[in-house]
Amino acid sequence: MVVKEYTSIAEVSGPLMIVENVKDVAYGELVQAKTSLGEKRLGQVLEVSEDRAVVQLFEGTSGIDTKNTRVRFVGETMKLGVSPELLGRVFNGVGKPIDGSPDIIPEDRIDINGNAINPYRRDHPAEFIQTGISTIDLMNTLVRGQKLPIFSGAGLPHNLLAAQIARQAKVLGEKEQFAVVFAAMGITNEEALFFMKEFQQSGSMGKVVMFLNLANDPAIERIITPRLALTAAEYLAFDKGMHVLAILTDMTNYCESLREIAAARSEVPGRRGYPGYMYTDLATIYERAGRIKGREGSLTQMPILTMPDDDITHPIADLTGYITEGQFVLFRDLHMKGIYPPVNVLPCLSRLMKNGIGPGKTRDDHANVSDQVYSAYAKGIEVRNLVAVIGRESLSDLDTKYLDFADKFEELLVTQGYNEDRGIEESLGIAWKLLSGLPKTELKRVKEEFIEKHYEGKEDKEEGEESKEEDKEEEETVINISP
Amino acid sequence: MGKISKISGPVVVAADMKGSKMFDVVRVGKEKLIGEIIQLNKDKATIQVYEDTTGLRPGEEVASTDMPLSVELGPGLLSSIYDGIARPLVTISKKTGDFIARGVEADTLDKKKKYDFKATVKKGDKVKTGFVLGEVQETSLIMHRVLIPPGIEGEVVEVNEGKKTIEEVVAVIKTEAGKEDVKMMQKWPVRRERPFTKKLEPAIPLVSGQRIFDTLFPLTKGGTAAIPGPFGAGKTVTQQSLAKWVDADVIVYIGCGERGNEMTEVLKEFPELKDPKTGKPLMERTVLIANTSNMPVAAREASVYTGITIAEYYRDMGYDVALMADSTSRWAEAMREISARLEEMPGEEGYPAYLATRLAQFYERAGRVDTLSGKKGSLSVIGAVSPPGGDFSEPVTQNTLRITKAFWALDAPLAYSRHFPAINWLTSYSLYADNMAKYFDGNVNKDFSRLRKEFMELLQKEAELKEIVQLVGPDALPEEDRLIIETAKSIREDFLQQNAFHEVDAHCSLDKQFSMMKAILDFHRKCGESIKAGVKISKLVDMPVREKIARMKESKDIDKAVRSIEGDVDSQLKELNTGVKGE
Repeated sequence: MVVKEYTSIAEVSGPLMIVENVKDVAYGELVQAKTSLGEKRLGQVLEVSEDRAVVQLFEGTSGIDTKNTRVRFVGETMKLGVSPELLGRVFNGVGKPIDGSPDIIPEDRIDINGNAINPYRRDHPAEFIQTGISTIDLMNTLVRGQKLPIFSGAGLPHNLLAAQIARQAKVLGEKEQFAVVFAAMGITNEEALFFMKEFQQSGSMGKVVMFLNLANDPAIERIITPRLALTAAEYLAFDKGMHVLAILTDMTNYCESLREIAAARSEVPGRRGYPGYMYTDLATIYERAGRIKGREGSLTQMPILTMPDDDITHPIADLTGYITEGQFVLFRDLHMKGIYPPVNVLPCLSRLMKNGIGPGKTRDDHANVSDQVYSAYAKGIEVRNLVAVIGRESLSDLDTKYLDFADKFEELLVTQGYNEDRGIEESLGIAWKLLSGLPKTELKRVKEEFIEKHYEGKEDKEEGEESKEEDKEEEETVINISP
Repeated sequence: MGKISKISGPVVVAADMKGSKMFDVVRVGKEKLIGEIIQLNKDKATIQVYEDTTGLRPGEEVASTDMPLSVELGPGLLSSIYDGIARPLVTISKKTGDFIARGVEADTLDKKKKYDFKATVKKGDKVKTGFVLGEVQETSLIMHRVLIPPGIEGEVVEVNEGKKTIEEVVAVIKTEAGKEDVKMMQKWPVRRERPFTKKLEPAIPLVSGQRIFDTLFPLTKGGTAAIPGPFGAGKTVTQQSLAKWVDADVIVYIGCGERGNEMTEVLKEFPELKDPKTGKPLMERTVLIANTSNMPVAAREASVYTGITIAEYYRDMGYDVALMADSTSRWAEAMREISARLEEMPGEEGYPAYLATRLAQFYERAGRVDTLSGKKGSLSVIGAVSPPGGDFSEPVTQNTLRITKAFWALDAPLAYSRHFPAINWLTSYSLYADNMAKYFDGNVNKDFSRLRKEFMELLQKEAELKEIVQLVGPDALPEEDRLIIETAKSIREDFLQQNAFHEVDAHCSLDKQFSMMKAILDFHRKCGESIKAGVKISKLVDMPVREKIARMKESKDIDKAVRSIEGDVDSQLKELNTGVKGE
């Protein structure tokens, strides 16, 4: 096909450029613009009519003029060249190598927008991934092929947590090919360096592909960075049979770019100015995770987003939560208390958890224990709020126990070291230790046989003490009343 | 034949389209992508395309099929899984592999499979549209009744029984206009309601085996319910529990813009689950429509219509059909997206002004009816709503509430403490409750509605008392009120909480629901008497029988469990009562 060049740019506005008198331009087609200084810019057709095309330029519109800039419509959509050589390489946000090594020799070139996996061909994700982090393994279990985001806030240690997960994640009793695909959207150079250093230190750099769009890189480029990364990830997972963990950070910056384009096109804004199609758009990213029947590999996604003002109802967090299979939520109050990882388990969820746990996978009492710990912690927090009003003295015995449970839970189960890799048995052990601080009758979520087996109460003695205390209390009451 | 003049996402404008009708299906471009005309302006037609439009160019051809978006109806629908425009995902996967490519043609129904057709009419019978012509065993659970297609009325002149494909003639009917061949397959435009004789009053409950629904907020056969809730509150689990356990004959489950892995879960679980009545796989009574969030947005808009048309078709055979749509918010968002591309003036929060009308039209297709064939059939619709930020004041929730009669509000704090189903008992309601009270009193136990009322009052009272406790602490309450708090806690934990994944607890019969309700209230009443006699609430709270009450939901033989609880209650209270007297 002959590729025509146009110099007929009619308008440049924000990240958009309108080219007139074009012919035979396809929707979604890749565009190359060459400025008068010879700089090349990549873009994509957003809207096309008979003689007019609206193009978004990924690398910004500075230097574009309406006279000398030459525009070429490439005749195909944006593609990523893939080969196993991707591993160990670092690319920029539009897929050009920035690690000093030459371009890879592609085995295949794949459309970066991908196609939807046929729901009928999806395989059910059910393999337990042990991350060595109790709040995840025990209470919000990650399984292979799941998409589970980290909802964080500015200044919270989400990067540490993501790096720790990437380092420690393993499937019990198996040794197989794994890879990490890392997509950075608008994060700082420092953060990118942190991840690189982490991967190098753990000796896994050879298994990592990085796509870096940093804070000072063009914002619109961020629209394609995650798509490039996921194309690479899908290739490694489904064509090469690897178990891929894709870390996308920070999705908030991605959504900002999406809003910028929508605003430039003067579209009708949805909530907080984000476009009405943001749900659909995010879905085309997040849904690119999973397993496929008859194929070896898996693609597990861990997007990270910083909730503006820690607001979980903000559209970015909200729409993400509606698409992903659960969420980990980091909580500023816990961080302030010096707890790492500051995971607030209450709003956390893993929708695929029940498939990955239980006999043969983790332990038969896992589901029960997790439910019980959840409900006890929720109750403990309720009591904690009550204490703020009425004081600790007026609590009933049972409420005091719940309060202690919540404190100990944060101290023993949530808190762990950055290099501490806890096995699931160990996490369950801690949970039982905590639960044993509550009376057996309160453990309604746990089957009796598990209580028999794991409850660590020296019950008789404890009960004896309890009744003594009660008696004392009653005596006190009597004394109080008598004068 | 027209040609493309503009492409913007899923919306394409085509010129030279004079003569095309609104809502006609068109084939767009070289790849023959499926689309639907949604606006006409002189010779220009605006088309929403059900597939990804990347790569389309202005100037490519657009051909109208002169047919509105229709779905093929006939045997073979059950236990299938379709995309939003009724293409079987199995066929698509055979054609394009693990990923969905574009421009795939796939018939809804298997045209080669033969079914054993048995006629229920004979030569000379006078028949009308919607009459039952004959039967085929579609799955082991459902007898498919072949209906006379729309517009045909007259005398049967020929009947062909035996093994037939759905496109072979099974009967010939002499009408005023001449002879008409009747096949097992018919087509129906999805956006039009299928006809019936008349709508009936809701009178029979749609029993789901979920205590919070059946006892507190019942739904009727032919009723409508909305389940709104923030993410993670358990909408999908609730919808799936309902799909598994409701006592409908046919289930249509629409995964509208939801997660792919969740559809996989349904696909994996349903064939393994057994129908509680017949022991046959649940899949045999289920039609699945899966248009996941990353599949084209226009097809998502169509998916709810496809689903409800199929549901109506089985209703017309005289079956009780239940339709679950998860989630209607995604459907509304699809409408919003298309509307924005059309540059329509937006209404509230960017949704089109016709949002309320569309929602109402959709839910009004539910109902218990006298079908054209004279049978009684029902279509119940349960729609999940996903309000942004869990804020129920947003337009989709509000407009849904204006139409649906049962409101099952999911609550994030309940979900956080793993109270499932996380239905808030204070804000939820069912307008069918009064009607159903009569049914329950007559068919389950005469005390049913009285006990239900007592339950509701205790829960209400607990909420009031809790506010006081927040201020002054629990000790300040009188003993009677503390008992109310304890009983309400027991209602919440021992009755309302239900484990969807527990082998016994997942489904709870109406009789068991009543027995459990009675056991809790009996215990409450007896404790009240003991308090009057001077027993301290702290002693009552420590009674070992409370653990038995907590476990009764897991018991297979509820009568035995309740008898044992009664015995324990009496003996343990007696001990406490005598203890008081002794002092």
